Amino acid sequence: MAVLVVILFVAICLFFNLLGVVSLFRFPDVYTRLHGATKCTTFGTLFAAFAVIAHSVARYFATGEVRFLVLIIHTLVAAGALLVTNATGAHALARASHRSGIMPAQAVVDRLEERESEKGGATA
Amino acid sequence: MTTYHVLGFTASVVGVAAVFLIARLVGGPTMADRAVALDTMNTFVVCLMILLSAYFDSVVMVDIAIVYAALSFVGTMFIARYLEGGL
Repeated sequence: MAVLVVILFVAICLFFNLLGVVSLFRFPDVYTRLHGATKCTTFGTLFAAFAVIAHSVARYFATGEVRFLVLIIHTLVAAGALLVTNATGAHALARASHRSGIMPAQAVVDRLEERESEKGGATA
Repeated sequence: MTTYHVLGFTASVVGVAAVFLIARLVGGPTMADRAVALDTMNTFVVCLMILLSAYFDSVVMVDIAIVYAALSFVGTMFIARYLEGGL
């Protein structure tokens, strides 16, 4: 029973993580690569944490050792830290790519750049 | 087949996937592409550490994964600030 739940979570984890790798190789420019890689790997790693939690719950009820409860709590903290830091880091990387002058593939105008230069001093 | 075997197999696949990202890390056309590949590799390493901590029954590896996630976030922020030209 526990094996089936862990296999389900692990299958979702592997599917999305490998999808992130594929997106990093198949997308044309840095923005789409960032989009695909960040979303897919964050979701996949979240389900890896769920698989570890399901495994730990099963082991706790099988053996009754307290260290599996500690493993559950620490895995939850790790998943929460990853959820916060991945999204913020991706935002910072996308903003840095735009400011360093990288255009999306096949783009001909940059409305964001025009708006920021209209306002004068793009500091926001 | 126990849950230990499932988690160990998943950890090996995630590790191989992280190795594939080295191609994008080396041959990315721009510096931003390399930063994205490095960020993705950091996420995979955190995923690997979480899985292996359950496989080896050691809680310490999850603590190291938390610290690694925080440090990789700081590194990504510094790389982004450098790409903007503000550093």
